Amino acid sequence: MAEAINIRTPLTEEVVRSLKAGDSVLISGVIYTARDAAHKRLVELIEKGEPLPFDIEGQIIYYVGPAPAKPGYPIGPAGPTTSYRMDPYAPILIENGLRGMIGKGPRRKTVEEAMKKFGAVYFAATGGAAALIAKSIKKAEVIAYPELGAEAIRQLVVEGFPAIVAQDSHGGNLYKEGQRKYRAE
Amino acid sequence: MREVPAQCITDTVKRLCIEANYYLNEPELTALQKAYREEQSPYGKAVLKQILENAEIAKNEQIAICQDTGFAVVFVEVGQEVHITGGALEDAINEGVRQGYIDGYLRKSILKDPIRGGNTNDNTPAVIHTRIVPGDKVKIVVAPKGGGSENMSTVRMMTPADGVEGIKKFVVDWVTQAGGNPCPPGIVGIGIGGTFEYVAYLAKKALLRPVGSRNPDPYYAALEEEILELVNKTGVGPMGLGGKVTMLDVHIEFYPRHIATFPVAVNINCHAARHKETVL
Repeated sequence: MAEAINIRTPLTEEVVRSLKAGDSVLISGVIYTARDAAHKRLVELIEKGEPLPFDIEGQIIYYVGPAPAKPGYPIGPAGPTTSYRMDPYAPILIENGLRGMIGKGPRRKTVEEAMKKFGAVYFAATGGAAALIAKSIKKAEVIAYPELGAEAIRQLVVEGFPAIVAQDSHGGNLYKEGQRKYRAE
Repeated sequence: MREVPAQCITDTVKRLCIEANYYLNEPELTALQKAYREEQSPYGKAVLKQILENAEIAKNEQIAICQDTGFAVVFVEVGQEVHITGGALEDAINEGVRQGYIDGYLRKSILKDPIRGGNTNDNTPAVIHTRIVPGDKVKIVVAPKGGGSENMSTVRMMTPADGVEGIKKFVVDWVTQAGGNPCPPGIVGIGIGGTFEYVAYLAKKALLRPVGSRNPDPYYAALEEEILELVNKTGVGPMGLGGKVTMLDVHIEFYPRHIATFPVAVNINCHAARHKETVL
């Protein structure tokens, strides 16, 4: 594994296209959280032609529902949730400017196609490494749907958030390549 | 009759909910350390290093290992010589879950209506499995179960003709298809026999055994080892990124079956195999 690449949000198409499956990255800047319930609402807004609660252009969405913060912490443990549940919603968000997603587990073909067409990248973070990942989150603020609790949309400020490019904007797929390499006949 | 106050059950469940979510048990930690040493994939190794560092942070700072602090699954064995006083057993358990999840800063993930939603805001109710057993003790096991690995679980009503080869193929195919979703390397709990609902219970119960323990029946102990070897040849690896360590262990629990049926259940646990127990 080569040394980690530092990237900063918002992402440009140029940066996204330069990332390849297997690259380690450290993400800094503002990212947004959303999972099942919030995705449903975001896509409903787009379908109705209404504005989203944040400007999605060039942004990264992190699939996470954090645990409550202990006093003195900006956020509780916050590891990724499984991404395939967001697959029905991701292509339309990518079409509307989303450049990156952080989660765990592979994405389906329709997401991969949208990533290729519009220039987006999918990062894998380590599931269950929630206490460690929370160390890279410096600020957290609920900006939409507070009634959803852990599923509310949060704006996070991250510094050196550790992730791996799992699926890139050229069809590269670390899940497929990695598993093929270590499969014993 | 020995009296056990309901309050005592509440206090115990509260403590176990918090401890299970903050601290990994020694056998699971040791297995993860071994996996880190043996994994050949650089990505797999990096993932395991993060998992071990994460467990250390959670322990030192007394915070949850994973943000998904699970559905509180509680196994209770009540001795038939025990009289629970001052309240109902299930109410006492749920009160313990409520206090544990609120005071322990654990995530509240339970929706009161599966279709219409609405968070219960205290992670209740628990899923409670109660058995009445001989004696005058109460054994309580709290096993928080996350959604990611629970989603990668299944029951299949196989046919007797499928036999043991059918079971092996079913489990290996299932683990391969689950890939990185259930946060491997974890534990595969397998239930074999019984009825449709009982086989799922067996698979869940299999997850409570410490990593490295074997079924006391030598036939099933050997089958556990064989299936473990097979799943670790799939290449799935830590978090599905490819590698030699896909699962830390395979546990089988079995029960007699009807001549016409051959139920098999697979319940996968993530690498954070959380469970704590106490005997009152």
